[in-house]
Amino acid sequence: MFKIVKKKILNPQVKLMEISAPHVAKKAEPGQFIILRVNENGERIPLTIADFDRTKGTVTIIFQEVGKTTKALGALEEGDELLDFVGPLGKASHFENVKKAAVIGGGLGTAIAYPQAKKLHSMGVEVHSIAGFRNKDLIILEDEMKAVSDKLFITTDDGSNGNKGFVSDVLKNLIEEGNKYDLVIAIGPLIMMKVISNLTKPYGIKTIVSMNPVMIDGTGMCGGCRVTVGGETKFACVDGPDFDGHQVDFDEAMRRQTMYKKEETLSMEKHNCRLGVEKNA
Amino acid sequence: MPNMSMKKVPMPEQDPNVRNKNFLEVALGYTEQMAMEEAQRCLNCKHKPCVDGCPVNVKIPEFIQLIAQGKFEEAYNKIKETNNLPAICGRVCPQETQCEKFCVRGIKGESVAIGRLERFAADWHMKNGTASHDKPKKNGKRVAVIGSGPASLTCASDLAKLGYEVTIFEAFHVPGGVLMYGIPEFRLPKKLVQDEIDTIKQLGVEIKTNMVIGKVFSIDELKEEGYDAIFIGSGAGLPSFMKIPGENLNGVYSANEFLTRINLMKAYDFPNCDTPVKVGKNVAVVGGGNVAMDAARSAKRLGAENVYIVYRRSEAEMPARLEEIHHAKEEGILLKLLTNPTRILGTDDGWVKGIECVEMELGEPDASGRRRPVVKEGSEHVLDVETVIIAIGQTPNPLITSTTPGLDTKWGGIIADENTGATSIEGVYAGGDAVTGAATVILAMGAGKKSAKAIDEYLKSKK
Repeated sequence: MFKIVKKKILNPQVKLMEISAPHVAKKAEPGQFIILRVNENGERIPLTIADFDRTKGTVTIIFQEVGKTTKALGALEEGDELLDFVGPLGKASHFENVKKAAVIGGGLGTAIAYPQAKKLHSMGVEVHSIAGFRNKDLIILEDEMKAVSDKLFITTDDGSNGNKGFVSDVLKNLIEEGNKYDLVIAIGPLIMMKVISNLTKPYGIKTIVSMNPVMIDGTGMCGGCRVTVGGETKFACVDGPDFDGHQVDFDEAMRRQTMYKKEETLSMEKHNCRLGVEKNA
Repeated sequence: MPNMSMKKVPMPEQDPNVRNKNFLEVALGYTEQMAMEEAQRCLNCKHKPCVDGCPVNVKIPEFIQLIAQGKFEEAYNKIKETNNLPAICGRVCPQETQCEKFCVRGIKGESVAIGRLERFAADWHMKNGTASHDKPKKNGKRVAVIGSGPASLTCASDLAKLGYEVTIFEAFHVPGGVLMYGIPEFRLPKKLVQDEIDTIKQLGVEIKTNMVIGKVFSIDELKEEGYDAIFIGSGAGLPSFMKIPGENLNGVYSANEFLTRINLMKAYDFPNCDTPVKVGKNVAVVGGGNVAMDAARSAKRLGAENVYIVYRRSEAEMPARLEEIHHAKEEGILLKLLTNPTRILGTDDGWVKGIECVEMELGEPDASGRRRPVVKEGSEHVLDVETVIIAIGQTPNPLITSTTPGLDTKWGGIIADENTGATSIEGVYAGGDAVTGAATVILAMGAGKKSAKAIDEYLKSKK
């Protein structure tokens, strides 16, 4: 069992939890993920490692409540325990010969971009971070990102924080202003990573994206998480989750992500209806 | 007087048209009377050819004589002297190519039903037995076992019996390996696998789940943690795909994914269990082994109307057990033999709508002795299906080998001595599918047993 030692609500849908998992914390690196199971009939879901503390033996996860499992997870409190928590899984991110980088987070993707920015910053890289949200109430990790960035741009789709626009607009401006990036890291919804990859391609800027396909085991034994990269089939759980954004078949990935839409809705409805029953009882 | 009937006492089974709609066990097992009657068919031969056919050398005539005398618990204990997982072996071993192949009664009629009798003894014990084993006296040495499938469970329990302090490291949230995620409930009930694993825990074996070796610990780090020897039984869990167009369409599964969702995550009970699985009205399973049969029969149970086994050779070459092919046919699975898929066709929005195949003819025998299939000109045709399950084999997962410098491999499998399981690293042994590639439960158990013996000898020689 894995104890929740800290819980923090970042915005109405996004929660942060520090989980006591010393073995995972000891080996975790930015770019890696864990798989957890909340309870006995639960499914296994992958979540990226948002931070870790080797001395405290904790791993931080940040998740958005989008379906049954993340809602069940979000309902847990400090002191509660998770049934299963396995990791660190996937390949750690590798940064070499980077002097200046742009790190881009879309919504919840900011939580995954944060450890990458932190790592680059600690290596002495000049980090420009761009984080985009739908509106100002959804902004997360502003202070944390600020602490590890030389420049931070936070945008909202509706302009409610006074800085309207998409992350891609900001990146485009920065590039056109003459910023020479050795690396762009884009993490967020598939469509946003696709747009960023298409934007950087003509400039020849190396672009890394973090894929988030459906996963079961996370150890390479099923291929449920397969993505096409450079025309080849890769398993995101062992070959990734980081890939070269210019090589990824995003359209296929977006299509594969919809595979269980109907079932996800059904599972969620059943969950909500059960919650309703409990409330009325 | 021996029972001279030429045929085995039949084992009751669920009706095919009932069982293809549920996940309950197909074969219902012998009653005490049936078991005693069948046990009397054994001639108790002096040279015991059956024992040599068993990779873990179960004392077959001895336990069968005990069943014949109605001494069921004694029969169970006799089996347990050499076999740690009898309820499992009695169900999933291919007895026709092992113990029963050499049975003298098989020369003129059917062999003695050794598997069914082994299963009977184990089931009888689980229902009626009482004796829990005394924990063996510890000898102060520690062994780490990686993986918790049949090879590892066998190795761990044999070592525990010898007094070693054994820790099993399992990547999944439950132990059992393929017994839990691969072989379906209707062939091997999971409760029973859990019971067998619990008997191994009673020996003092500790099982740590959620531990992916190669990620959380390297082999070297396990040594630093104070393990005197290591056994790698991590299996062959890496699915092969066909590398044909359309394989990444929605609705295409590896058999591993399909079966893991169903068996381990209980997706057949969705939405009571959270993991979903999707099965269309028409399903094609590509391959001809036991995994293909398991996937096809599972798809049928999930409500598919037409389930096709698409296999490029003929029925005679199918690697699946005869019994499983027979069961599949009874349940309405359709065999498309001498048929090979060339591409998977999709709808505009990316879902499977069919599988294009060619017909094959059998040509000259190849290196493996099987006649090589050759494409028949102009035989392209399309099978309309919404789900495709690829069951053409698995290879060893590279997670451990790629993180263990000095561990020699060939074709992805770990190179290990056939008699001891010794690898290129001193004190590190390996066995089962991690060495051979996908094979059978009983061969993995045999390998685990040999390694346990070799590890014991190695550690004794070291002091």
